[in-house]
Amino acid sequence: MKILGFMLLLSGWAIVLTALALLKQDVPRAAFVLAGLGVEIVGLTLVIRAHLVRRGEHE
Amino acid sequence: MPATAPTLSDTGAALFAILILLVPLAGAGLALINTGLGRSRSAAHLMMSSLCVVSVAALAYILCGFAWQGLAGQPAHVVTIGSKPWGWLGAGPLLLRHMTFGASPALLAALLGMLSAGLAGLIPLGAGADRWRVGACCASTALLAGWTYPLFAHWVWGGGWLAQLGTNYGIGQGFVDTGGASTIQAVGGLTALAIAWILGPRRGKYAHDGMPTAIPGHNAVFVLFGCLLALIGWWGLNSAGAILFNGAESGVAAIVAINSTLSAASAALAAALVTNTRFRKPDASLTANGWVGGLAASSGVCAFVLPIEAAIIGAIAGVLVTFSVEWFELRISVDDPGGSISAHAMGGLWGVLAVGIFGNVPARALGAAGQAVARPGQWLAQLAGIATLIGFVLPLTYGLNWLLNRVYPQRVPAEGERQGLDLYELGAGAYPEFVTHGDEFTER
Repeated sequence: MKILGFMLLLSGWAIVLTALALLKQDVPRAAFVLAGLGVEIVGLTLVIRAHLVRRGEHE
Repeated sequence: MPATAPTLSDTGAALFAILILLVPLAGAGLALINTGLGRSRSAAHLMMSSLCVVSVAALAYILCGFAWQGLAGQPAHVVTIGSKPWGWLGAGPLLLRHMTFGASPALLAALLGMLSAGLAGLIPLGAGADRWRVGACCASTALLAGWTYPLFAHWVWGGGWLAQLGTNYGIGQGFVDTGGASTIQAVGGLTALAIAWILGPRRGKYAHDGMPTAIPGHNAVFVLFGCLLALIGWWGLNSAGAILFNGAESGVAAIVAINSTLSAASAALAAALVTNTRFRKPDASLTANGWVGGLAASSGVCAFVLPIEAAIIGAIAGVLVTFSVEWFELRISVDDPGGSISAHAMGGLWGVLAVGIFGNVPARALGAAGQAVARPGQWLAQLAGIATLIGFVLPLTYGLNWLLNRVYPQRVPAEGERQGLDLYELGAGAYPEFVTHGDEFTER
């Protein structure tokens, strides 16, 4: 889950980069940047959950 | 922001040098805050680690960091995408070779960068307090100051692709960060998050049912004095960043200092008010975290907003940091004794976003020297920067520290935590005349 989360973080960033480089019109570019951020938030949630599972390891 | 090499008059260079010399006070403040919020049995270790971190950061940054960060208008590795240049890494000489040893902007940028890298390196210490080996702190800082920080700083301050979003694609003025809300605070704060995850919580922090145990800091006086000291350093940091990286005139230092102070003040008061409302008494450590969060947020916007806007931004940062500290500790089990992640990462990210919401770029800061008409879409450039921090910098810094942890375990053994890092790693405590209570060493 942690690796998948980090992959989603990078994928979201790649979507943002692609939108900035390829899209010329303001609205689609903004929409894809927001979509990329959304993917990153999903990835971050997975990374957080992956570390939640390890809670108690150092008790 | 400016894609050409910055220029400074003699007077401007002198003022700039004075401003930079204030920056170490920010580091001293952070070191005191981190130490005060940690346990007494690790106090000397934390101060020692702070000194080592600043030293390693200075060496790593001068060795290769500045070469890779670069400065707008200097050689850089560029990728051309759709006929637009994307600067991704500085291509300067290592070890400041071929540098003119006068008051050149490049040399002043190297000085500011060296101190900024040290400041970024101090931030994770708060999150790793009471369990992070001093050798591992140094190795992790070398990675941060030698690679992660310069790479992102090149994109923002070195004329890299984030700074070029304005000239390449007409998105606002490109990504804007006055004094390091992203490059220093968010990068340091996200590294702190990675360190907290990799190290895991302190022994006894979480009970079997997952509920956190309160482990209060050992010296509130250190913490609150550190806040006041940090303010002076932030004046220098924000003013120097505005002049060197944003093309502002020297006179902007006054409004930058006013805005930085207002942001920190309203953040601290907001945090005190929130904690007083919730717990019936203002909480000193959360108020201090709010203050630092306000300073971190001010780093993004201080040259581009009115004082009233700086106060509003600070107040929002104070509330955000207060709830963020609780969320990290209670909801997602991140043990961050110094509140570094909330104050620096959350505060810094909010400061970056605030540029897009409140900032008037470049009219207020650049004044007559402003080189461009305002373009729409500044918020989009700021969002692209935030996406880069979360989507690239966090995985990068986590990956580097994870690899480091594989070859050189970063956490002290259980015995070290029971003894305290002062005795375990340094062989002597910070307060040798104090009576040590036996129950402190009882495992919970």
